[in-house]
Amino acid sequence: MNVKIPEMMDRPEVLLRGNFACAGCGLSIAYKTSISALNRPIVVIPACCSSVIQSLHPNVAYNVPTLNIAFAAHASAASGIARAKKMRGEDTTTVVWSGDGGTYDIGLSTWSGAAERNENIIHFCYDNNFYSNTGAQRSGATPRGAVTTTTPRGKREKRKSIARIMAAHDIPYIATASIGYLRDLYTKVKKASMIEGYRFILIDAPCPTGWNSDPAITPELGELSVKTGYFPLFEIEEGKLTFSKRGIRYKDPINRLSIEKYLEKQGRFKSMTSEQTKLLTDDLQYEWDMLSKLE
Amino acid sequence: MMNEDIELKDPVLPLGRPTLGSAGETGDWRTYRPKFIEENCIKCYKCWLSCPEGTIRVDAHGEYPYIDYIYCKGCGICVHVCPGRKKQKALEMIPE
Repeated sequence: MNVKIPEMMDRPEVLLRGNFACAGCGLSIAYKTSISALNRPIVVIPACCSSVIQSLHPNVAYNVPTLNIAFAAHASAASGIARAKKMRGEDTTTVVWSGDGGTYDIGLSTWSGAAERNENIIHFCYDNNFYSNTGAQRSGATPRGAVTTTTPRGKREKRKSIARIMAAHDIPYIATASIGYLRDLYTKVKKASMIEGYRFILIDAPCPTGWNSDPAITPELGELSVKTGYFPLFEIEEGKLTFSKRGIRYKDPINRLSIEKYLEKQGRFKSMTSEQTKLLTDDLQYEWDMLSKLE
Repeated sequence: MMNEDIELKDPVLPLGRPTLGSAGETGDWRTYRPKFIEENCIKCYKCWLSCPEGTIRVDAHGEYPYIDYIYCKGCGICVHVCPGRKKQKALEMIPE
């Protein structure tokens, strides 16, 4: 947490204003902060909200080279770019910027292959818990009890732990970050850019439109997800997990805020029963226990 | 015959160019606008950091931020994150 805001202000503007993002978009905040931390990035974007907010041809809201590719091809396209740039001796950073649909579900096989080959890519997953660009359908990242258009009574299954799946690939660097702690996110991206190999950063990016929340509290929801223990902040380097300075105190359930504080601010949890809340709390504790074993 | 008009200097690709306001003047989306109150600003630039749109502009370090109303969508994040001076926020939402 040693980066200062003026240092971040010196970085180039990567997302131009006047784009198609909704008011209060969590993805835009995550994108601006992460990509501006990188030197000469080339961004590969599968079908997701990012391909919507870039606006219509021939205008693009992104101020960095961007390739739009099919859902299940992001990491393979990025592998090719990274290798070609290396052969030509160009110093660039190849980035996959995908949503949770593209990482948890559809793009899983392609990034798994790239991670196994240890391609020189940074894979960002901004996690807004569902397929947002097609109108809020359930994904593997949707938590238990959340209402989406395909789970009108709340999802019955627990949320997938992508970080642990990623950790099973033994890649050099894995981190989680939240848009409630942007300087922490920036520091983690900077750190990832110094490492060679397949790196993965999972970002919690609230979506006011799909979560049915007030656009003004988007960063606050990011903070609350950490403070209630819903979204643990950690880094995994060479198989060793360390909880981040910002998130370590929520390892102990006593320090956590009650999960209701997080749920009540979102319309998608409005119809949640106390039984579902209990199950969700158990899911979170299970996730913390499993992560602690990697310490 | 029509093809002669096409210049083939650039490769024929579906290539877009970075454009300001690629979705039009998005300022007309908003119903409330953030108003900047200079005397309460402590120049922490948290509004600049959290603005999803990049419409909070700062020309140089140490200068007051200002708002680009042409593109500001009026989400209110800047007002929410503003710590202000002595609990008096440097930004407030007013109806358009």
